[in-house]
Amino acid sequence: MYAFDIARPTTLDEAKAAIAAGGQALSGGQTLIPTLKARLAMPETLVSLHGIADLKGVSTDSAGRICVKGATVHRAVAEAVADSFPALSYLASRIGDPAVRNRGTIGGSVANNDPSACYPAAVLGCGATICTDRREIAADDYFQGMFTTALEEDEIVTEVKFPVPQAAAYEKFIQPASRFPLVAVFVARFADGVRVAITGASESGVFRWSAAEDALSANFAPDALDGLSVDADGMIGDLHGSKDYRAHLCGVMAKRAVARAV
Amino acid sequence: MKLTMKVNGREVTGEVEGRTLLVDFLRSDLRLTGTHVGCDTSQCGACTVHVNGELVKSCTMFAAEADGAEVATIEGAAAEDGTLSAIQQAFQDHHGLQCGYCTPGMVMTAASLLKENPKPTEHEVRQYLEGNICRCTGYHNIVKAIMAASGQEMPAMAAE
Repeated sequence: MYAFDIARPTTLDEAKAAIAAGGQALSGGQTLIPTLKARLAMPETLVSLHGIADLKGVSTDSAGRICVKGATVHRAVAEAVADSFPALSYLASRIGDPAVRNRGTIGGSVANNDPSACYPAAVLGCGATICTDRREIAADDYFQGMFTTALEEDEIVTEVKFPVPQAAAYEKFIQPASRFPLVAVFVARFADGVRVAITGASESGVFRWSAAEDALSANFAPDALDGLSVDADGMIGDLHGSKDYRAHLCGVMAKRAVARAV
Repeated sequence: MKLTMKVNGREVTGEVEGRTLLVDFLRSDLRLTGTHVGCDTSQCGACTVHVNGELVKSCTMFAAEADGAEVATIEGAAAEDGTLSAIQQAFQDHHGLQCGYCTPGMVMTAASLLKENPKPTEHEVRQYLEGNICRCTGYHNIVKAIMAASGQEMPAMAAE
C-alpha cells in the first residue's frame, strides 16, 4: 500500500470536512482495503466512518420504510430486519462470510456498486431511496453502470430507505471462491406491481428485468417467466461463466426467487 | 500515530502508520505471530481474530481502527498454564489440522460460532467456516472437532 493518513471523525460534519479536503471515505474497508493493497488507489487521507455513531442503526420511518444508516454492518442489518423484512435479512446474512459481515457496510456496498455485489439488487429491486449528506436519490437514478453511481466524488451515503414489499425474495447463485453472486435476483411484489433486479450478470452492473416485471405483475408465479429470456449481449463473460450461461441463470434464479416469495 | 488497545487482556501501546494493518501490528509490533497471513486478500481467514468480541479478518482492518478496542488472538485461547481451550483440545483429539497454517483462524472462528450458537448443526458449522480456507484436511475433521467442542456427536458423513 502507498502511505496515507487515517482520519477518525466522530461526527458527520467532521467527516464531510475531511472528505471535502481531499480525503477518501473508508467504511467497512472490505473492498477498499484490498484495492489499496493492489495499489489501485492512492489516497493521501482515508476518512474512517466507523466511529460516527449517527451513521449506524436500523429504524422504521413514518411511511413504514426500513431505514438503514450507511455505516451499519451487514450482520447488524441481518439481525435487525429478520422479522420485518426477511428477504433483506437473508441477503445481508449471506454476504461474504461471518468476518466480512462484521465489517462491511451497506453504504460502502452501495457507493462502490460492484457489478456482483448483493445489496444493489435489493436497493434497486425495492425502489429504495439512497440518502446522502446532501440529497436523496431514487434507486432508478442512482445505479449508473459498473462501479458507477450518481454520487459526487465527495458525497457520503448516510442512509438507505427501503419500502417493504408485500412479498420478496433474494436468490443467489454463488461463485464459491469469492462468495459473490455469479448471478443473483431480487424479486419484490408491491401493491402497484413487481420489481425484479439482477446483480452479477451484466456488464452494466445491477439492472431491472422489465419483461419479467410485466409478466410477474400480471401473474406472480414462477411459470409466468416461461419463455422469457435475458439477452446474452451485454452479459459478463469470464472464466466463471459465459454470457449465455449468465443470461440463462437470470431466468433460473428469477424463477427460484418467485417460488420462494410466493 | 499512537494507539492503545487491550490484546488478550493485556494493555498495549504502539506507534503505527495509517496503512498499518491490524495483523501487521499484532505480528510485527507485538510479536504475536500465531495470527497468520495466508492470502492477504481477505479470502482465507488465517488472520481471523476477535475485535470487541466480533470476528474480523485482521488483514482487512487497519490497526488505527482498533485503537481502544479489545482484541483476542489465538495466543489468548489457552489458559495461563498452557491448558488448551475446549476447541483447541478438540482440534487435537480429532486431528482437525495437518499443516496447521489455517488453524489459528479456524479456532477463532469456531469460538465465535459457539458463542453465538452453542449447538450448531453440521451444516451451520460448514456455513460459518465459509471464510476460512484449509488446503489440507478437506474440512471433515475440522467440522468434527467443532461439533465435538460443542458437546455433540458427529453424524456419519457422506464422504466417509
